[in-house]
This record gives sequence, structure tokens and C-alpha cells, in this order.
Amino acid sequence: MKKRLPGRTAAAKVTRSEVEELLFREASLLDDWRLDDWLALLTGDARYEVPSNDRPDADPANTLFTIADDIARIRGRVTRLKDKNAHSEFPHSRTRRMISNVRIVGRNGAEIEVEANFVVYRFRRDESVREYVGHYRYLLRVERGALKIARRRAVLDAMELGSMGLVSFVL
Amino acid sequence: MNERPLVLNDAASFQVNRATLIDPDILETERRRVFDVCWIYVGHESELRSPGDFRTRTVCGRPVIFCRDSGNAVRVFLNTCRHRGAMVCREAEGNAKIYTCFYHGWSYDRDGRLDGIPGEKDYPQSFRKSDYGLAEPPRVESYRGFVFLNFDPQAVPLAEYLAGAKEYIDLVIDQSPSGQMEVIQGTQDYDIRANWKLLVENSFDDYHLLTTHSTWLDYLKNAGVKMQRPDRGHLLPSHGVGRALGNGHATTDNVNFRGRPVAKWIPVYGEAAKPEIERIRAELVARLGEARAARVADTNRNLIIFPNLLLADGSSVTIRTFYPLAPNRMRVRAWALGPKEETSAARAIRLDAFLTFYGPGGLATPDDVEALEMVQAGITATHREVPWSVMSRGMGKTGEQLNSDELHLRAFWLQWDKLMRGEARPDR
Repeated sequence: MKKRLPGRTAAAKVTRSEVEELLFREASLLDDWRLDDWLALLTGDARYEVPSNDRPDADPANTLFTIADDIARIRGRVTRLKDKNAHSEFPHSRTRRMISNVRIVGRNGAEIEVEANFVVYRFRRDESVREYVGHYRYLLRVERGALKIARRRAVLDAMELGSMGLVSFVL
Repeated sequence: MNERPLVLNDAASFQVNRATLIDPDILETERRRVFDVCWIYVGHESELRSPGDFRTRTVCGRPVIFCRDSGNAVRVFLNTCRHRGAMVCREAEGNAKIYTCFYHGWSYDRDGRLDGIPGEKDYPQSFRKSDYGLAEPPRVESYRGFVFLNFDPQAVPLAEYLAGAKEYIDLVIDQSPSGQMEVIQGTQDYDIRANWKLLVENSFDDYHLLTTHSTWLDYLKNAGVKMQRPDRGHLLPSHGVGRALGNGHATTDNVNFRGRPVAKWIPVYGEAAKPEIERIRAELVARLGEARAARVADTNRNLIIFPNLLLADGSSVTIRTFYPLAPNRMRVRAWALGPKEETSAARAIRLDAFLTFYGPGGLATPDDVEALEMVQAGITATHREVPWSVMSRGMGKTGEQLNSDELHLRAFWLQWDKLMRGEARPDR
């Protein structure tokens, strides 16, 4: 998006390729633990959610989630993860994210709904790999000409977290 | 079982043999001498609403159907067909008119009675369907909505078994105007690569708070939560004690600094939540009086019901139970509990407060998990050279035992040791 268009107009023109570029950039920043740069991709009212495995479609206002952060807790989470006293992620896990099947599934004014599949491989110490498989549901919004993340929900396919253990990194 | 002493207890020190955390033979003995004679948590009555409602889960290694029968009574069936053994219910939850084993088609009604058998006439005349209902654990009893089973037919009644823990369960129940707490949907179900007893210790060990959870304390401070500087003799931001409650049950009992949905507002909840929390507080005072309301709202308590149930009545109310899968691995299952008549606004505050600390994606629990996994990794290959863990904090002191002392941990281990020696069943 070279020319600055009003959000509504700009959102109507966003292509899957532009959405993919954003999601791939996000994946790269998270894999590199560049968490402050990742925060810059989020809107000022962003949410980050991981539902409990047995209630993947629920609302965090009436259902226990694994993660249901508003922007304040997202920032708090990042502050914590940058501190080496966040013991569960120090040393940081190594992660590698595969994002695929990216689709624009809805447009509403300046907002775009996107779904994508993911596999996140996580390595800790000398353990064997832990695999997190599922799909993302994004709400993207064009703000001042830039495509931003207003909500990201990571829905895991497994029946329970089980051997994945924790979601102590940003999924 | 190995006859070496596993717990050393004298006037000067209390030590636990690290073999208790890694030895497969000890785990097998635990299954028989601890899990099969104690009251074990199955679920909460609120998880089942109407006749035929069921949830399947694994309790003490056994697959069970936790359900309501035709008369709406809570029942627990072993989830195995009386014919050749297949699990008769394969869904996580739902409502059933009958439970049908798909293998050969035997079916059972909501009361567990064997109902239909394809080709019944081909069984001998002596065969009676009434002999082949779904099996049930010898004992199933509940206390204030919490349902437990016991595989020991001779066990003391649940209410006796719970001993001093009842007082602390009552403090949870008093948060509801009608005395009815309910499990909120959404289950946290995850493994920890550590021995299950390490989670017992961790669940009410407040000694680790400052070092393990410094990032969580920082998060609260950054959000504007006021905390006293820990003073001389206190490691923690507020005063708290550890108490043994009989039969291995024990609890912490702390002055609250971390906020409570019922009913102590902290800045983390946001200004908009203040009137709702104040309204809940006013209801509490009107119903219970100032003193009891303060007891409920201004203290928080992590209660271990021996052997494997935690009621963490802290930043929110958590039910957490856990089972050994192997000496070095456990499965944890946790739920949020709230007053039945809670408004949707209050419910949202409760769930949000829960996630600030608890669970596999919380800002604190993951660091507990890391600590436990580090213990397991540290002791597994070194227990012959370094056989003992020390748990003597607070010994020799007169007066109260602090939450950062280890009296409550010792209470768990003493009961565990007594049962493992085969000396006695739980009593009182």
C-alpha cells in the first residue's frame, strides 16, 4: 500500500499476498524473539487468545481460556518474557513456525478477517520437539495506511494440551 | 517396596528421600497404598445439570463416567463393558439415554443397569442381566458439591476424612450468596515432566514466591498494585501462615495483597470493575457480617486435600487435580470455580484474574512448572550421591508457622509416609 487511502478503502483492496506478508513477518519476529518489534504490529486495542482445548470456539468472558490477553497484558507478557527471571522461557525456547492455507474470510469496513493454519515446532534444552498444530483466526485492521493485528486467536487441534505442556512463549 | 526410610523426621531436621520422586516401585506402591485408600476428587456436581448428563474422565488411572442417573443423582461408573471390556462411552461430555458398547452392542441405562444384549437367548439359563450392570467404585460421596470416590470399601466417610479441610472448603462456598459454586466451562489439561508430589509441595509452598515469581510480582507492581516491602522475618509481601488440617490435608492462610474477585479490588481489574467488586463486597457483608466477610474476602488460601487435590482460593478460585503417569510425569487438570449467581461482568473479572497467574499460559504457573521440571532433572541422575531433600523450615520455632515455613509440606509427607508404610488407613 504505497498511497495512503482511508482505512475502509484500503482494507477493501488488501490482497492475500499482503496478508501473508504480515503473517510471515510476524512469525519471523516471534521466532527471533524480537518481541518489541512484534508489539509494533498490533493495534492499541489488540487481543491475543488461546482457548482451552475443549472449548475452541468460546468467549473468554464466560469460559476459562489458556490465554486471553488484552493489550495491557500482552505488553506485560512481553516485559516478562524479556526478563531472564521468566524462568519457563529462559533460556528462550527455539521455535519455528510454518504458516499456510492463508485465507481472507471476511471484510467489514477497515477490518479484515483472516484464517491460517500453523505448525509451531518448539525446542527446549535436550528434549525432543514439541509440536503445536492448529489454526489462527485474525482480525486485521488498516490503521493510517498500515495493516495491523487487532486480534489473534491461536486454536490448537489437540484434545488437550497434554505433552505440549505450556504455552509460555507467544504462540 | 524398598524398606529403606523414605522420610527422616527428628527434632532437628526433616528430610525426604529423593528416591520417592523417581522410583517406579514406589509409584506402584503409591497406587495401592495411597490412591486406592484415599478419597480422590472426581468432579463437581455443577458439571452435570440434568438426568443423563455425563462427562468421561480418568481418575486414579481408571476411565470413569461421571454422570447423573434417571433420578438426577450423581453417579460414577467404571467405563468398561461387562461383556469383554471396551469403554462404553467414548465422548468427553454429553447427555445419554443409554450407554451402548459398539463392539457387540451391549447397552446400559442411565442407572448403569444392563439393558439390551443382542442375541440374549443364546446365553445359558443361569445368565442374569441384573448381574452385569456397569461397575461402580465402592464409595462415592460429596461434600458441598465436590464429588470424591474411594476404592476402599472400608474407608471412613468423606466428611470425616476431610477433617480440618472442611473449614477451608466452607470459606470457598461462602463466596456464593446461595452457597452454590459452579465449575466454569473450559478445562486446562496439561502434563508436567515431574513427579506428582512435587506439585503438591509447589501448590502451597510460599517460600518460592519471591524468586520463582518475580516477573509476576513485577507485573502486579507495574499495574499499580500496592505491596508492602517484605519486612524482617517475612519473605513475602503480606503475612501468612501454614496449617496442618489432619489426614495429610494442609493449607496456607494469607493476608491478601493480590486481589480477589470476591471481593478485593486491585488496579489490574481496571477502574470500570470497581463498582461491581464493591457491590459483591456489600452483599458479602450483609449476608455474613463484617468479620466473616473479611475472612472470606481479605485472606487467600491454597488448600491441599490429600493426596492430589488443590483448591487455590487466591487470585481466583482454581480446582486443580493431578495424577502420576510415570514417576517423572504427571497429568494436571484444572478448572475455574465461581459463584453460580455471579453477574456476567463479575464472571469476566474472575476469569481474567485467573489467567494473570494460573495455568499453562499464565504469568506465573509456567515458572512453577519449570521449577518442578528442574527438580526432576536435577535429582534423577544424582539421587545416589545426593539422596535427601531438606524440608526443615520452621522446625523448632514456637508459635505460628509461616506460609514460607514448611510445616504444611511436612504434614503432607508425614501422611504419605504413614500410608506407604502400610501402618494405617486415613482416619479421624
